Amino acid sequence: MLELRDVRTYYGTIQALKGISLEIKSGEIITLIGANGAGKSTTLMSICGVAPPRSGEILFRGEQITRMSPDHIVSLGICQVPEGRHIFPQLTVQENLDMGAFLRSDKIEIKRDLDYVFSLFPILAQRREQAGGTLSGGEQQMLALSRALMARPQLLLLDEPSMGLAPLIIRQIFEIIKKINQEQDTTIFLVEQNANQALHIADRGYVIENGAVTLSDSADNLLTNPEVQKAYLGI
Amino acid sequence: MEYFIELFFSGLTRGSIYALIALGYTMVYGIIGLINFAHGEIYMIGAFTSFVVATVLSIYGFPLLSIVLLAGLAAAVWSASYGYTIEKIAYQPLRQAPRLSALISAIGMSIFLQNYVLLAQSSDFQPFPELIPDFDFMEPYAHVVGSAEIVILLVTALMMVGLTLLIKFSRIGKAMRATSQDRTMAMLVGIDVNRVISMTFIIGSALAAVGGMLIASHIGQINFFIGFIAGIKAFTAAVLGGIGSIPGAVLGGFVLGLTESFATGYVSSDYEDVFAFSLLVLILIFKPAGLLGREEAQKV
Repeated sequence: MLELRDVRTYYGTIQALKGISLEIKSGEIITLIGANGAGKSTTLMSICGVAPPRSGEILFRGEQITRMSPDHIVSLGICQVPEGRHIFPQLTVQENLDMGAFLRSDKIEIKRDLDYVFSLFPILAQRREQAGGTLSGGEQQMLALSRALMARPQLLLLDEPSMGLAPLIIRQIFEIIKKINQEQDTTIFLVEQNANQALHIADRGYVIENGAVTLSDSADNLLTNPEVQKAYLGI
Repeated sequence: MEYFIELFFSGLTRGSIYALIALGYTMVYGIIGLINFAHGEIYMIGAFTSFVVATVLSIYGFPLLSIVLLAGLAAAVWSASYGYTIEKIAYQPLRQAPRLSALISAIGMSIFLQNYVLLAQSSDFQPFPELIPDFDFMEPYAHVVGSAEIVILLVTALMMVGLTLLIKFSRIGKAMRATSQDRTMAMLVGIDVNRVISMTFIIGSALAAVGGMLIASHIGQINFFIGFIAGIKAFTAAVLGGIGSIPGAVLGGFVLGLTESFATGYVSSDYEDVFAFSLLVLILIFKPAGLLGREEAQKV
């Protein structure tokens, strides 16, 4: 579904990605794990066209999206929940969700998706008219995830959905990610520092270090890989 | 008391024009964090465009109302195309550059446009045709408020209401609000941010152009330099109200206009600017974000 071939991305003169290659198949949950500054978020921003790569190719369903504008990429069905959630602070919860469906005009289906996200996160229905900036961290993460779902993505990119959240909420969020993957048939690319949780719901995983992929294997194998255990699982 | 009311209306009129121009400053600042110093020139170009169109149309004997409408439309469209072009050539290439670069580019653009009009139109004041006649039904009130002032107030009020509705309910308005709050996220939900920025320049420029035509007709003369002074005043109004805030720009415009008018009327017209800028200093001391501005929490 998505393929990165030797993607190299720079911020000014600093090279953040030094040749990332990876592949995501339809229906999978793939996780990308790595330390701070390894290039995880940059990988997602490169896919979305916000930080376009200087060289390499990104293919979505066989089509080149390497130099497309971000809005065009979203219209193809790739949606990202960025790190730090990026809720529109002065827009209400409802308006934030409406923004998620910005490129859609099928009112009836939008309403159905709205009901669906409210069924996933009933708390959002209660907070509907509240400004997004006033929500708690967990609620904001739920809203960010819901807003992305309102675009009805085929490929959902999640950047550290567990960051700064209480363990109970993290578990809830991960359960819902799994549920979205199964119920909506949404392919998921999950970037995480919380490698343990991520590998438990993922099918396969990639390990990224200093802007390059150093390891790729099934999630089960990565969980038992001694190097991964030592570096990312704290075992 | 009559004198007070007269000053009040003249202040409101002035303020409404400041507000119209300030809207352009504040909208652009809200979206790309840039003070568009060429915005005053857009207003001046609007005034000149309407001047040319109105003069030509009156030679051909068009009725006054159609002259006003056509000149206003021409000014809005022409200035909007200037605003759009300025953004494309002077600001967009500097989107990733430090803020200071874009600011310098804006000042350069302002100086360029002033001199360009200076060369084309000379530095002399040109008499501007009176586009708004004195209405008969306004006759009993003419000693406190002129017909032109009422028309200016009505037109600006109408445009402000229109802008508010546009921003609140239209698709582009929602995209503008989202972009101003979080540009990266706006891209990620599929908003074409470059288009939003262009639209912001177009709308802001059209508002300023109409303001330029209205006030030029009221004052009766224009030259290449009017944009500089009006621009500085409108910028002050935008900062007074809280830059980035649309209601703030309107409020700031009226506060500034009234302050100047009363200062001129009760003290001396020589002190008009002293009062205007003292007010700015006072507000910045006690309310640094402006009257309606958001206090931004600095990220550490």
